[in-house]
Amino acid sequence: MNQRLEEPPVQAEARVRRFTPAERWIHRTTAVLMGICVATAACLYVPALAELVGRRALLVTVHKWTGLLLPIPVLAGLASRAFRADVGRLNRWGAHDRVWLRAARRRAPGPRPAAKFNAGQKLYASWIAGATLVMLATGLMMWFTHLTPLMWRTSATFVHDWLALTIGIVLAGHIGMALGDPEARRGLRTGSVSREWADREHPLWRP
Amino acid sequence: MNPEHPEAREAPPEHPEDREPERGAPIGRRILLGTLGLGALGVVSAPVLQRGLEGFLGEAAQKDPTGLTGLLPNGGGFRYYSVTSSVPRKNAKNYRLTVGGLVDKQASYTLADLRALPQTRMVEDVQCVTGWRVPDTPFEGVRLSALLDAAGVRSSAGAVRFTCFDGAYTESLTLEQARRADVLVALRMQDKDISHNHGGPVRLYVAPMYFYKSAKWLSGIEVTEKVEPGYWEERGYDIDAWVGRSNGRDDEPTT
Repeated sequence: MNQRLEEPPVQAEARVRRFTPAERWIHRTTAVLMGICVATAACLYVPALAELVGRRALLVTVHKWTGLLLPIPVLAGLASRAFRADVGRLNRWGAHDRVWLRAARRRAPGPRPAAKFNAGQKLYASWIAGATLVMLATGLMMWFTHLTPLMWRTSATFVHDWLALTIGIVLAGHIGMALGDPEARRGLRTGSVSREWADREHPLWRP
Repeated sequence: MNPEHPEAREAPPEHPEDREPERGAPIGRRILLGTLGLGALGVVSAPVLQRGLEGFLGEAAQKDPTGLTGLLPNGGGFRYYSVTSSVPRKNAKNYRLTVGGLVDKQASYTLADLRALPQTRMVEDVQCVTGWRVPDTPFEGVRLSALLDAAGVRSSAGAVRFTCFDGAYTESLTLEQARRADVLVALRMQDKDISHNHGGPVRLYVAPMYFYKSAKWLSGIEVTEKVEPGYWEERGYDIDAWVGRSNGRDDEPTT
């Protein structure tokens, strides 16, 4: 009995809180919406999938509305203080981030200093946010064709197509990294990570 | 801190994270704005970039045995579009093309009947309203005007409606458009019998218009009084779909 009473503090020490429920839901809903966007885009675009699925009018409708909803979880999430704080952390770069990037670029072994988010995560977060907004803008130009000059629509299609391909590749990298790090996934699933993982992957993070 | 990394050592040892937001530069915001700027630049310079890429990829596609270039935007070649979940297959045994509506003699053609009629071969570019273009594509088949003349169009008629054996797609032309010499009931494409995926065994070919007018899996020709908007036209596409002069596009005309 006595031993059990002593256990909780040890466990609290072993697990570190990383994300609030609100943050996990923002990630989850964004991931689902992005997944639907990518899946419908693939069925509209990849010939083999298009032949398999057909139903173009339905796919177009789902793709357009999902794309429109995609920024909503992040925007709504700004109501959460914890999320705003993390957006601030993703925004600000310190000297250690340059060290991290240099080491990652050279694939050098040895320490890669990072606070709550490493430089790769910061880079990804900023880029995917910008890219999503570009996709939204070009998508709207293709959707409401009468709002912008005629020439713009072909140009918007061009940017939308190539950026979609780029996002697909980067997103695959993002998911690949997550698949390679179960503890990082646990952080987004349960909200907490092991102390050992936090010290190893994010040595400058002081939760 | 690790002595091998002087920059890391500069970080204050206690609670560096707490200070990080205030200390560091807002690089994240700059990356976001930079991405937006690149997107805008991409839209502005798209006409030039697109021409260059189309030329490059078009050539690459011809030397590419893997077909991977076909997956790239503007990678050349046709794309498969179907509005239904699956399309039945028709062949020489069960294919029929009916001609009806405001005509004196209704008709039903088999594939062999159509092949026995005089054939016209044309080689023009194919332009899709979504942007892709396939240069110099041969089409061969019976002139639509020949089928209309054989049926005897009544004087009250003003338009032609097309139905397809996918069960959903429809198209339409004015009678004047339908009688043009460059409108075919096509049996061959790229000098081969039209395959199922390209709308075979018989599809419409309307050379001067965007490719959605060239209905795939053609099964019915009905002469009507007025133009009835087709499948995509109900969903916002122009009915008179001249390449370069409709749908808000300025592509080079195909004929």
